[in-house]
Amino acid sequence: MNRPIDKEKFSDKVKEKRIREPLFARAAAYPHIVWAALFIIAPLLFVCYYAFTDQSGNFTLSNIQALSQHTGTFILSVSYSLIATVICLIIGYPLAFVISKASRKRQNLLIMFLMTPMWMNLLIRTYSLMAILDDGGLLNAMLRATGLGELHIIGTGGAVIFGMVYDFLPYMVLPIYSVMTKQDSSLIEAAYDLGCNRLQAHFKVTLPLSVPGIISGITMVFVPSISTFYISQKLGGGTIFLIGDTIEMQFQNRATYNVGAAISLVMMILILVSVAVMNRFSDDEDSAGGVIV
Amino acid sequence: MNKNKIIELKAISKEFNGEQVLSEISLDIHDNEFITLLGPSGCGKTTTLRIIAGFETPDSGDVFFDGKRINDLPPYKRELNTVFQKYALFPHLNVFENIAFGLRQKKLPEREITDRVKDALKMVNLTGFERRNVEKLSGGQQQRVAIARALINRPKVLLLDEPLGALDLKLRKDMQNELKNIQHMTGITFIFVTHDQEEALSMSDTVVVMANGKIQQIGSPTDIYNEPINAFVADFIGESNIVDGVMTADYKAKFAGQLFDCLDKGFAKNEPVDIVVRPEDVDVVPVDKGMLSGKVTSVTFKGVYYEIIVDINGFKWMIQSTDYVAPGDEIGLYIEPDAIHVMKKSEFSDMFGDYSSFSDELEHLSDTEEEEADE
Repeated sequence: MNRPIDKEKFSDKVKEKRIREPLFARAAAYPHIVWAALFIIAPLLFVCYYAFTDQSGNFTLSNIQALSQHTGTFILSVSYSLIATVICLIIGYPLAFVISKASRKRQNLLIMFLMTPMWMNLLIRTYSLMAILDDGGLLNAMLRATGLGELHIIGTGGAVIFGMVYDFLPYMVLPIYSVMTKQDSSLIEAAYDLGCNRLQAHFKVTLPLSVPGIISGITMVFVPSISTFYISQKLGGGTIFLIGDTIEMQFQNRATYNVGAAISLVMMILILVSVAVMNRFSDDEDSAGGVIV
Repeated sequence: MNKNKIIELKAISKEFNGEQVLSEISLDIHDNEFITLLGPSGCGKTTTLRIIAGFETPDSGDVFFDGKRINDLPPYKRELNTVFQKYALFPHLNVFENIAFGLRQKKLPEREITDRVKDALKMVNLTGFERRNVEKLSGGQQQRVAIARALINRPKVLLLDEPLGALDLKLRKDMQNELKNIQHMTGITFIFVTHDQEEALSMSDTVVVMANGKIQQIGSPTDIYNEPINAFVADFIGESNIVDGVMTADYKAKFAGQLFDCLDKGFAKNEPVDIVVRPEDVDVVPVDKGMLSGKVTSVTFKGVYYEIIVDINGFKWMIQSTDYVAPGDEIGLYIEPDAIHVMKKSEFSDMFGDYSSFSDELEHLSDTEEEEADE
């Protein structure tokens, strides 16, 4: 006969929660707000400040004007990241689809395979890629052993793009996979029912419904690709200079801080604009893939 | 009327993960028929529908459509369409494009598509909804779009998988009438799956009662109600008092300690049977005029009648009467011979029919449970 007592306790708890939750939730958000202000907002303000001042702190537009020297680098960066993003999409979309169609158990296994490289630091992964692609590296050793000659890969644009694809592919697969697993299987059945074969059902239903995930994946590959500097440094063999490298270089010297800030600012705006454009494509308020911005 | 068989199921069996979902189902479905597969969750009715649609293949047995074996025909080549349980409307398309989907697939001219979508919308009372977003529609409206999307293809057979399950009671009743009208208008064969016996009785030409992966009974709604074949069917369709009895001779049934006249014959002498008496077929009379008597344990007002539970020698009977009696009263019961229905003993005997643990609420809860096991 302890049921009524339990009930009372339960309702008390519910009441307690109802009053406490908003307050608690707000309190829990404070550290995050402080964190964001200190490490996200403040640096951004600094970047803006440096971009429009000279070394002695006076307002100037000369940093922005100096950007014209870097147009070639900008174009190279954008084209490399675009190519890497397209390759990631071509590999990532079918991969995400195949994984999402596997049995639950196998899905977990495959996703784990995809994720394991990400447990390692990006820098270390890039280094290991260097060891593989190097002229005296693993790949060429294997090619020589089989008598197929040698391949000069390291130091080429191809190596840099390969590095980008290798490093960022999971970011393409995961959002697409997560959108696909959430799709109601009865929608596909409805498409079959209305006269679609498998391929038609895919292009008429699965693909359009995966667009939020695709947009999200493109963003998540394109953004880190365009700002990378270590991939081009390690795999470009010092001959390929991307915008990330340029920024890094400017910041290594106190005298060019301000130009570095200006390039960063412009790149940030560039990324924001491209993300905004992409989000318009999906025109889906509740994008299932969790699009950045 | 000589009706064509449009679908024939022959000894269909299906197993999921070692669990027998269907065993040896055989069923004929005729042109122009409104047939309902009725049964509780997990009885195999949805699986049967999915086998007809082509979403599942039977482990053994054959499916015939218009005389042709279609076991291996993929769904998109079958001349039937489905209304899905949760509608399964395409969220990336508006109402017009959802309904036009099947016609676009057939590559019909734009002109004809527009006309036919317009007609279909008119049929389901959604004229003017063409450009709406399907996700912003109410449940009832989504349901109508789903029906229009299926019917626009002019299928020979329409499959409906618990299509009204998610609607509230009032809307359900309206949609029941509307579906019935649409079926009359179009002359399309409807195969309807539901766990709601009232829905099945009021809509169907033929009811197929299923339990444990087997067909228990096939018949018209009145046959199923008046002549249930076993305790399961009697209990599942409507309310019934099911008591143990013995056929002492033709037209003589003995139960509840008394000998009754009845209309059934052909049983072995002293064969144990299940006796069904519907609550509305019992008359309440003074104790001295009753064939049975007992004490009223509860009375519930139901609007048209009172629902009375009477304890007769420990077995609780349900009686529906327009006359009020008070709880605690001793009353007599009078049962006409044609109110007594005799059934052979079955695997379901002794599982149903006593109202001692009866609760309206519980009954209601189990009714609304969705059929997940089949999916």
